[in-house]
Amino acid sequence: MKIGVFVCHCGSNIEGTVDTAAVAAAAREFPGVAFATDTMYTCSEPGQEEIVNAIKEHQLDGVVVASCTPRMHEQTFRRTVERAGLNRYLFEMANIREHVSWIGKDREANTNKATELVRMAASKLLHNRPLLSKQFDINKRVLIIGGGVAGIQAALDCAEGGLEVILVEKTTTIGGKMAKLDKTFPTVDCSCCILGPRMVDVAQHPNITLYAYSEIEEVSGYVGNFEVKVKKKATYVDWDKCTGCGICMTKCPSKKATDFFNEGIGKTTAINIPFPQAIPKKAKIDANFCMKLQKGKCGICAKVCPSGCIDFTQQDEFVTEKVGAIVAATGFDLFDWTVYGEYGGGRYPDVITSLQYERMLSASGPTGGHIKRPSDGKEPKNVVFIQCVGSRDKSVGRPYCTGFCCMYTAKQAILTKDHLPEAQTYVFYMDIRATGKNYDEFTRRAMEEYNAKYIRGRVSMIYPKGDSLLVRGADTLMGTQVEVDADLVVLAVGADSSAGAAGLAEKLRISYDSYGFYMEGHPKLKPVETNTAGVYLAGCCQGPKDIPSSVAQGSAAASKVLGLFSKDKLASDPQVSVVDIKRCIGCGKCIKTCPFGAIKEIDFRGMKKAEVIETVCQGCGICTSTCPQGAAQLQHFTDNQILSEVNALCQF
Amino acid sequence: MPVLKGKELRIVGFLCNWCSYGGADTAGVGRFNQPTDLRIIRVPCSGRIDPLFIMKTLLNGADGVLVSGCHPRDCHYAEGNFYARRRLEVLHRFLPILGIEPGRFEYTWVSASEGQRWQQVVTRFTEQIHKLGPAPKIAGPAASETLRQMEAAL
Repeated sequence: MKIGVFVCHCGSNIEGTVDTAAVAAAAREFPGVAFATDTMYTCSEPGQEEIVNAIKEHQLDGVVVASCTPRMHEQTFRRTVERAGLNRYLFEMANIREHVSWIGKDREANTNKATELVRMAASKLLHNRPLLSKQFDINKRVLIIGGGVAGIQAALDCAEGGLEVILVEKTTTIGGKMAKLDKTFPTVDCSCCILGPRMVDVAQHPNITLYAYSEIEEVSGYVGNFEVKVKKKATYVDWDKCTGCGICMTKCPSKKATDFFNEGIGKTTAINIPFPQAIPKKAKIDANFCMKLQKGKCGICAKVCPSGCIDFTQQDEFVTEKVGAIVAATGFDLFDWTVYGEYGGGRYPDVITSLQYERMLSASGPTGGHIKRPSDGKEPKNVVFIQCVGSRDKSVGRPYCTGFCCMYTAKQAILTKDHLPEAQTYVFYMDIRATGKNYDEFTRRAMEEYNAKYIRGRVSMIYPKGDSLLVRGADTLMGTQVEVDADLVVLAVGADSSAGAAGLAEKLRISYDSYGFYMEGHPKLKPVETNTAGVYLAGCCQGPKDIPSSVAQGSAAASKVLGLFSKDKLASDPQVSVVDIKRCIGCGKCIKTCPFGAIKEIDFRGMKKAEVIETVCQGCGICTSTCPQGAAQLQHFTDNQILSEVNALCQF
Repeated sequence: MPVLKGKELRIVGFLCNWCSYGGADTAGVGRFNQPTDLRIIRVPCSGRIDPLFIMKTLLNGADGVLVSGCHPRDCHYAEGNFYARRRLEVLHRFLPILGIEPGRFEYTWVSASEGQRWQQVVTRFTEQIHKLGPAPKIAGPAASETLRQMEAAL
């Protein structure tokens, strides 16, 4: 084999701490290397041209590029060598940037390490074989998990693009967190007036199938051909018959059920429809509070229901859907702020979360849009907002900034003044992060036009004083201690990853960070892709973000799905396992260990043998390490290829 | 290739592509300083790692071997790291029987977002290997016979 080695300077990123010319010079001595050079930017157009020219000029039949991580540019260079007529798998990368030049400044050690990494790549390349991909059919349907604003946007965009969409929502209605909001910043327009019509569009679109009150049970398959088992949880109401009239709610005698939609402000009935604009507008029975289900006595709803849709014997139901792509848009949950003992840890009824306050402000909320203290129902005179509760706080394990709390606090301060012109608002803040379009102007309006008193500092303690609360904190700009008499305290609680996010990620085989937010394929270049082909992200499941960004991501994910489905067939990755039929003894161990069921037993002249189904194999190589005969070999990562790397490094 | 005398020891890492290799990249992007001894071999999944690779690496003269994959339950291939965990744990207990200090081999889990954790893992493992010093080399007439048997086993 004639190998060409190209050592990239990456400007000064690599050259700064690695002597690339010396690496190239040393590479010329390696077995099989016929040509080696150092180039300024290998990934640039002239850089790639240089590779193409060198392949032609020196009749190279293999290329090593020593530059950044293969997770970044492996595909780029594979296309380059393909342009020059080589098979794309006759190419290897040595990662001398992320793994060498960026993690140390010792030029001698770095140069030596880079040289060795090039040697490893070159010796692996000697064992590489040309690989060709196969074409396979795809199922042009898309599953969207989560019916918040991001999921709705993705669903509508995909449906408009002509795709069949399956939308799965955990709760009984779509709308997500946005449906709970009264107004949105920085325009202060009505949240439900913007979102409502979009929700109706979802319900009416002929291409969208909505599974509300359902969860993902199981995911199998691969890009283009996923099979998803959806659990439709029992609602004890036949939704095909339910008209959403709400008579059951008016008659239900169990009136102390937890009102999840209203964030626990007030109580609701055991059978309920969360809010008037709910989509689908169907009733559900909360089994924990239903007297019929708990004690076997009652059944009033069944008597009053005009369409006879109550079914106390309903069980969870499972449906299987076949889709070609999946968009995860599972959103976020609020941080559990009760860990803050200094804010009362949940003991004071008049310390509430921002989302509870939002429900209070909403005309369709439990208080009918009147701000009332939960303790005595009085209108508050002084309202104190505390920002960064569960954000930017290492002590509770949440060092990140949620990003939208500054804005909604300003909005709530403005709305407070609208509702109660006599009230005074105070905002304890750390920094004001208002970086969007018209955002900073908005926070300034809250201060200047609506007279919100912004105090830069943290609150150290809240304690009851008579029937109000005393909020004690620091004013770090004045360098003094401040005490504010508050009738109501609103905590701007930060975003946590959605409960169950990790479990879903494991089903989808995507990664998540230590906070439970899903990992995108690349922070800059693949913001809505994941490392699992065919699985995309939208909205807060990837990290906290405001409504415009969530909607943008929903659209972005939809465009990725539409792009994927613009082809009729996909090319399979040829880095799959292949069983050497001569070595296979038919023990069947590989069939048992394969997580994807990609190996089947065949009969070969009366002998049991294993065979890999190429389009199903995902290329993990578990079978390769399981096979006692070395018959199953993962292409591009064969035993010989990995051992040649070991040998390049360790020879006594 | 010889190691840098007096400066480095031979440490080989087997990292899964999806989590730990990504974590090492994240550490690089974050410019988290690390010792330069480690050489990383990229594999698709920790489940791809045959314990014999590690044996071969150690017997071939490596002073330490570090394996890292996705956190259990977070495998890109659903269950690859469970297989890895079993195999590697058995290997780890088997090493003293072969006369290899168990401290020369370690396996851990680092996700693609955990750049800082990767820095700590590498730094700590490298220090551990430096404390153990260079591995005793197989030399003399026994060496070629051992090598031949190893080749046959692989």
